[in-house]
Amino acid sequence: MNFNLNEEQVLIKDSIARFVDEQYAFDKRNATVAMQHGFDPEHWRQFAELGWLSIPFAENHGGFGGGPVDIMVIMQEFGRGLVAEPYLATVLLFGGLLEAGADAQVQETYIPQIIAGELQGAFAYLEKQSRYALSDIAVTATEKDNGWILNGEKTVVLNGGAAQKLVVAARTGGTQTDESGITLFLVDAQTPGVSRTAYRMTDGQEAANIVFAEVPAECVLGDVGMGFELMRDVVDRAMLATSAQALGAMEHLQQATLDYCKTREQFGVPIGSFQALQHRLVDTFAACENTRSLLYRAVCALQADSEDAARSLLALKIMAGRAGRHIGGEAIQLHGGMGMTNEMSVGFYVKRLMILNTLFGDADYHAQRFAALANSAATEESGSASRAA
Amino acid sequence: MDTQFSQEDLAFRDEVRAFLDKAWTDELKTRLSNLATMRDATIEWQRKLDAQGWLAPNWPVEHGGTGWSVTQTFIFNSERAAAGAPDVMPFGVVMVAPVIIAYGNDEQKARFLPRILSSEDWWCQGYSEPGAGSDLASLKCRADRDGDEYVINGSKIWTTYAQYADWIFCLVRTDSSGRKQEGITFLLIDMKSPGVSVRPIDTIDGFHHLNEVFFDNVRVPVENRIGEEGKGWTYAKSLLVHERLSIAEVANSKRGLQEVRELARRETGGGVSLLQDPLFAQRLTETEIQLMAVEYTELRALAAIAEGQEPGPESSLLKLQGTEIQQAVQTLRMDVAGYYSGALQGELSVEEFGHDYADHAQKQYFRGRASSIYGGSNEVQKNITAKYVLGL
Repeated sequence: MNFNLNEEQVLIKDSIARFVDEQYAFDKRNATVAMQHGFDPEHWRQFAELGWLSIPFAENHGGFGGGPVDIMVIMQEFGRGLVAEPYLATVLLFGGLLEAGADAQVQETYIPQIIAGELQGAFAYLEKQSRYALSDIAVTATEKDNGWILNGEKTVVLNGGAAQKLVVAARTGGTQTDESGITLFLVDAQTPGVSRTAYRMTDGQEAANIVFAEVPAECVLGDVGMGFELMRDVVDRAMLATSAQALGAMEHLQQATLDYCKTREQFGVPIGSFQALQHRLVDTFAACENTRSLLYRAVCALQADSEDAARSLLALKIMAGRAGRHIGGEAIQLHGGMGMTNEMSVGFYVKRLMILNTLFGDADYHAQRFAALANSAATEESGSASRAA
Repeated sequence: MDTQFSQEDLAFRDEVRAFLDKAWTDELKTRLSNLATMRDATIEWQRKLDAQGWLAPNWPVEHGGTGWSVTQTFIFNSERAAAGAPDVMPFGVVMVAPVIIAYGNDEQKARFLPRILSSEDWWCQGYSEPGAGSDLASLKCRADRDGDEYVINGSKIWTTYAQYADWIFCLVRTDSSGRKQEGITFLLIDMKSPGVSVRPIDTIDGFHHLNEVFFDNVRVPVENRIGEEGKGWTYAKSLLVHERLSIAEVANSKRGLQEVRELARRETGGGVSLLQDPLFAQRLTETEIQLMAVEYTELRALAAIAEGQEPGPESSLLKLQGTEIQQAVQTLRMDVAGYYSGALQGELSVEEFGHDYADHAQKQYFRGRASSIYGGSNEVQKNITAKYVLGL
């Protein structure tokens, strides 16, 4: 039993921390986010050079074969530095789906391009009516001349503006909310019939609405009609990643707020000397540590593929959402008027935390999934107990 | 114990509705929500209220107040908020005017009050300084007497809409020898005076409302001083009580919550309306119950004022709870917008963007973070309540 990073993981952590310290000072970040598509291509090239883009991919695809701990380390540091580059969209979601579902030939073509930093991707799954229901998909794909034609619209596709290739979840069978009958397709974003409307998110990253009008897909990922399981798996791992990122952002906010309370003086003393504020800082500290504990729990459970994994992951996502809101709210409040300004980074971290909460479903949404999961487990247990009796 | 509307009250409500129907137009609403046209639209709206004699319900009748009963004030505010019409800009009507009325001389009343009613003067508030926030009394902005003038040097911060203001009411230090609450003087300063400059503050809601105001050897005639030199803290505190009452904005929260319910009804996920989500319903309910309580707390405070009692430290509780509810409503509205709540509409049309209220929801949310900070932070309100209400 230990919660330590191994040597390689420490190296990754240190090298990202160094990058963040050098490249992500507040004014530099603002300049980066102001670039086209909301990130710096030079940073992305550096990521490739340093091998970070290869980490989650299997060794036979030219990757590092990293697991949940490695993802945690990377994303936590990215969260701490409020890094703008689309690691989640291109590497974890797009790359993750290719690795999980594409044919060997497709993998051999594109995964090395991702690792080399030459290919930007995105996962288009959300729709206007879907809210957080992953299976609520109205975009259709119909078979034609041994291929598939897509029609419909996806919304808030992260990195959707810069992406050269897209993985699109479309309906090939069943009703609009069925889990079965969903198929994942690889689509070239330059295909005629694809039109994109890009806009910014509050934390500076770019998203896009993408309309598909009679767009031929490049290929199918996985089996036709079986896309939901594929996306569920990749989204689950992405939930771990976003929660780690949230923890990094929370750690930064906790430290910044603590520093501010120790130095800001009112009534002739630092405001951190007031007991009412001390207790609140202890509460936000506890929220941070609870998130860290659930993150370690989920990472260990996923790594061991234990029965606790699904429950732990949901618990983590819920805690990260709630703690993020709590810590973000307190960070603004305890910074007083300064917390309302863009002269400090507080607001940007709060915005990132809010977006991370909504990604793949917010805390309230997952709380209900957690309850359903816990209830069905309890029902199974009591069922088997009564059968045994 | 009676909160029934009388026949007269019902007739008054019809009158208010008829007025709003006519005066509060969609065109005005659009211009008010656009920063570029907000100033002129606000003035236009306030002039319509003034023409009706309804701009300043909080003033004594002899100065242009309405003489409304508590019930009438309640009815007006409820109907106004339900129609989506804004409160008056508080700095003149709600904040400085009661101080001028209570502590100003006749010349000052004659000079300033009519211009507030007619919206000729836009006021802003010069209280906080970079080093004096919650500890307001430690303010340092200096006023040195030179003949018939004060010479002002220093700065004020978090000055809402200073970029539009014709006048600023300011707390300045005229003496630093005694207790910090002493030696503070209440001055009215013409924003066009040489030496006044305004710097915008870039805020997290992306809306320019906050500013820093600098005074560099600004000369202010002594006749612009309210009351006595060195007694400004007393006047300032009475103003803060009025300010806190106005910050609660209960009627606006009521309308906001209603709006959230409607938005949640049409928000679906997996084919199910968000209103049917038990956790969401729970949060909506908790907020509504709090709001129902605070609505009556506010009525109790208004009724006490109508009976001639001064609104006292209880106004702190109203500010505290009123802003908590505003923030709860803003948070709910943003949560209803789901993954769109993090998206910025920018110059896109609703059609292109794919959502018709998310952008507004997140701007309101971020802007609303300030309500628990301004007007005396909610922590300060708790200190006041502990000290002056509970005697701790």
